[in-house]
Amino acid sequence: MAENAKLTSAEQIVVKFTGDSGDGMQLIGNQLTALAALDGNDVNSLPDYPSEIRAPIGTIAGVSGFQMCLGDHKIYTAGDSPDVLVSFNPAALKHSSKFVKAGGIIITNSDSFTEKAMTKVGYTTNPLEDGSLAGYDVKAIPMFTLVRESLADMEMPNSAKDRCKNFFVMGLLCWLFNKKQQLVLDFIQEKFGANSKKPKLQVAEANTKAFKAGLHFGETTIMFQERYDLGAAQIEKGLYRNITGNDAAAIAIAAAGQKAGLIPFIGSYPITPATDILHLGSEFKDAGLITMQMEDEIAGICSAVGASYAGALAFTTTSGPGLSLKTEAAGMAFILEIPLVIINVQRGGPSTGLPTKTEQSDLLQAMFGRNGDSYMPIIAANSPADCFDAVFQAAKVALKYRTPVIVMSDGYIGQGSCPWKVPNFADLEDLRPYVGTWKPEEHPGEKYVSYKRDPETLARTIAIPGTKGCQNRIGTLEKNENGDVSTDAANHQKMTELRKAKVDNLAKVLPAAEIQGADSGKVLVISWGGTYGAVKGAVDRLIEEGKSVSGVNLRWVWPFPPNLGEMISRFDKVLAPELNMGQLSLLLRSRFLVDVQSLSKVQGDPFREFEIIDKVHEMLGE
Amino acid sequence: MSDTQLTKKYFAADAEVKWCPGCGDYAIMNAVRAGMVAAGKPRDEVSIVSGIGCSSRFPYYMETYGLHTIHGRAAAIASGVKVANPKLDVWVISGDGDSTAIGGNHFMHVIRRNMNLNYVLINNKIYGLTKGQYSPCSEMGQISKTSPYGVIDYPMAPLKVAMGIGATFIARGLDAKMKLSEEICIRGAQHNGLSMMEFFTNCVIYNDGAHSKLTNKEDGENNCIVLRNGEKMIFGTESQLCLVQDGFAIKAAKVADVAESAILVHDEKNAEVGTLLAGMRPDNGLPIALGIIYAIEGKPTYNDMVHEQVEAVKAKRGRSMDDIMREGHTWTV
Repeated sequence: MAENAKLTSAEQIVVKFTGDSGDGMQLIGNQLTALAALDGNDVNSLPDYPSEIRAPIGTIAGVSGFQMCLGDHKIYTAGDSPDVLVSFNPAALKHSSKFVKAGGIIITNSDSFTEKAMTKVGYTTNPLEDGSLAGYDVKAIPMFTLVRESLADMEMPNSAKDRCKNFFVMGLLCWLFNKKQQLVLDFIQEKFGANSKKPKLQVAEANTKAFKAGLHFGETTIMFQERYDLGAAQIEKGLYRNITGNDAAAIAIAAAGQKAGLIPFIGSYPITPATDILHLGSEFKDAGLITMQMEDEIAGICSAVGASYAGALAFTTTSGPGLSLKTEAAGMAFILEIPLVIINVQRGGPSTGLPTKTEQSDLLQAMFGRNGDSYMPIIAANSPADCFDAVFQAAKVALKYRTPVIVMSDGYIGQGSCPWKVPNFADLEDLRPYVGTWKPEEHPGEKYVSYKRDPETLARTIAIPGTKGCQNRIGTLEKNENGDVSTDAANHQKMTELRKAKVDNLAKVLPAAEIQGADSGKVLVISWGGTYGAVKGAVDRLIEEGKSVSGVNLRWVWPFPPNLGEMISRFDKVLAPELNMGQLSLLLRSRFLVDVQSLSKVQGDPFREFEIIDKVHEMLGE
Repeated sequence: MSDTQLTKKYFAADAEVKWCPGCGDYAIMNAVRAGMVAAGKPRDEVSIVSGIGCSSRFPYYMETYGLHTIHGRAAAIASGVKVANPKLDVWVISGDGDSTAIGGNHFMHVIRRNMNLNYVLINNKIYGLTKGQYSPCSEMGQISKTSPYGVIDYPMAPLKVAMGIGATFIARGLDAKMKLSEEICIRGAQHNGLSMMEFFTNCVIYNDGAHSKLTNKEDGENNCIVLRNGEKMIFGTESQLCLVQDGFAIKAAKVADVAESAILVHDEKNAEVGTLLAGMRPDNGLPIALGIIYAIEGKPTYNDMVHEQVEAVKAKRGRSMDDIMREGHTWTV
C-alpha cells in the first residue's frame, strides 16, 4: 500500500452523510455503522431525513442525513460536530457544511456541482472553488467520473453506474478508517449475490468494482494526509448485533409474549417515527406475534385493550399525535385495570409538528393526558438497544400490576442504532409468575371477585373470558370491589386512592437510581430517555475536568425512583436538559420542591454534549 | 352442554334492569338471549362488548363475560377480543349514536374484515342516555333538544352502508316483532362472519313513536315487509302489496295489478338486490325491509385468517426467539 497518508490513532470519529432523500443515505450510514461495529468499535447513529418521501431532487428540503459516532470506548450519542462530512451534491453541502467541526473533512462529489444544481440551491459561485469552505479540509472528488471509469467494461446505463457511488465512498471510508474490506464485500454478496433473497448479479459486480475503486483511490491519491485507526472498544463480552430502537422494541414484544406464555399482540396504526415497530412486528408471525393494523389510532389501542382483556399480552405503538388520539382508551385500560403497554416514539410537536424529528415533549401528555386521576407508570428507554429492556420491563410491570404502562422512546433512539448485546432467550426473566390470572381450580370453594386486590401489589384479580364459572361484568364506570357499577361517593374516593396507591407502590420495588460521579456536589444533571447519552458523555467530561458534577438517568419517570429526592437534596443545583420546554423539571419541581433548572432544546435534534457542558459551566459560575 | 340446559334464563344476570319501562331494549335483550342459546356456548364462553349509550348497559344484565367500554369503540375492542380468544362467542351491543356517529369508522371496518362477531345495532333514532339529541339515523325534521326546529341532517341507513363495505350478513328487526327479532339473533349467532343485526326500537322518553310508521295498528304493515328466503315479497295489512322489478330498481305494486310471476322472490344470497332492499324507505314509496336481508356463508373471516397465517408462517419460517434476536450481522466480543 502506498504510504501516501499517515495512519493515526483516534479515540472517536463523527461521520455525517448527506444527500438526496432517494440517494441511499440511510443505507450507507447503516453499512458504515455495521462495519465499525463488526470491527469492534462502539457506535451510535442518528438518521435525519425529511418527512417527504421524495422531495424534489437537489433541493435543501430533500436532503436526507445520517450521522454516526464510532469510537474505541463506550459511545453514548451520534456525536456533536462531524469530523467527516460526506455530502453528495450541492444541496447536501449547503445543508450540512455548517455543522462540520472547524478544520474537519468534507468529502463531496464534484461531478454533481453543475451550474444548474448550484443555482437551484442559491450558490452563485462554486463553493468548492470560491474559498467559502476555507475553514475545512475539502476533498472534491469526481465520483461519477471515477465510478464510470471503473465500470467501463460493464454494460449498464450511466444512471445505474452512478448509483454505485455510495459503494465507492464506502471503499474510500474503509481505507480512511482502516476497516476490513472483506466485511463490505460479504455484505454486497449477502444483499445482491447469488445466494441473496433477490439476486442481482450485475449490481453485485458493479458495487464490488466501485467499492474497490474507492479503496484504491484512497490508497493512491495524495488528497489525504492522514487516515485514522480506532481501536476496539472495551465492551462487555458477548454476542452483538447492531439494532435500532424500534426493531429492539418489536423483538421485545415477541419475547415478552413468549416469556409470559401469552399471545403477543400489537394493535396499531402507522405513524412516523413509530411505524418500524409495526413493520418488524408484522414479520414475527412465526413467533406467534399477532399484529392488527387497525383503521385508526383509537382502534389500535382499542383492539389491544380487547386482546388484553381476552388474555393476550397487548401492546399499541404510536407517536405524539397518536397518543393524543389514544387518550380516552388509555383511560379505559386504566380503570379496567388490565395489562397494556403503550409505546410512544416521540417526535416534534405540537399537532403534526415535526414528524421525522426527535423531541421529548410528550412527557406531560403521558403523565396527565387523560381525564380523571389516572397516573400510569412511565418507563423511558435511554438508547436504541435499551428499547428492548424498557419494553420487556414495561410488559412485566403491566402484567404484575394489571395496569397500562407507557414506554417513552423518541425519534432519535427509535431510528438511531447502536450495538446490542443479544441476550439468550432462556436467560430472560420468566414473566409467567406475573400473569396471575384467576383459575378456579386453584381456589376451591372461593368465588371470583373481579376487583379483589393482591394485598401487596394492589393488583386486581383477572379472570380471562372463557374461564369456567367466572363470568362477570366490568366496565368504564366506577365500580366497587365486586365490579358492580357504583356511584357511591366514598367508594369513588376509595377506588381512586387504590388506583393511585397501586402505581405509587411500584416505586417501592423499582431499582434505585444510580448516580454517575460523586454522590454529593455542586450540580446534579438529570437525564431521562434519549438525553441519557449526551448527559452521560457531558458529565464524564466535566468530571474529567475536575468539576463537582454528577449525573443520574431516570429509567422510570413515573413513579420516580425511591432514592431520587434524597439524591437531589445532596446537590446545590439541579439541571434537567430536555428536548422540550421543561416538562421533567416541572414534575421534579412539584414533586421535590427543588429549584430545578431546565435546559430546553426543541430543534428536532438531540443534545450535543457541549451544550450541556456549557450550561453546567454557566451554573458553576464559570 | 352436559350439565346445564342452555335457556334464555341461563344467560340472564341476577341484576335489576334499569331501562325505562316500555323501552325497546327489553325485547332485543330477550332476542339476544335466544341467539346465545342457538350459538350453543356455555355462558362463560360468551363475551359481550358494548360502547356507551342506553343500550350499552346491556352486558350488566347478562350472565356472561361483559365489557362496558367507551363511546363508539366496541367494535374495535371486540375485534381484539375475538382475535386473541377465538373460541369465544362475541357479541357487540351498540346504539345508533355509538355505531353510526362517533364509532362510524369502526363500524365500517369491522364489517370489511368480516370479523366473526354478532353485532347488535339498536336503533331508536335518538341519543337517549344524553337525554334526547338527534342521531345520524334521525329523520329529517325530527324534533329533538338539539334540533328544536327540526333535523336538517339527512339520515343514513346503516345496513346500506354495510352492504357497500361487503357485509356477509345483514338483518333488520323491530322491537314490536319479538319472534322475528329472535329469529334474526339465532341466524346471526350461527353465521360465521360479521352478523350485522339492526333493531328498530322505540324510545318512550325522547323519541316515542320512533318507528310508529311501522308499528301502528292501522297501516304499519303497509310500511314494512318481512323477508323470507325463497318466498314472494308480499306485504301489507291484507297482504295486498308486493315488490316488483322496475328497471334496475324495485317498486311496490298491488298484488292485484301484477302477474304473479312478476312478484319478486327473496334470495338472501343476492347482494345487488340486498343492497336495494336495505335502502328501502316509506318516503320513497317502499316498505322498510325486515328479516334477513342478505346472508352468505363461506367468506373467510379475519379472525380465522390471522391464525391461519400465524400457523403458515410458523410452518414456513419457524424461527425461535433466539433465531430472531440473532438475525443480521452479529459479532462476538
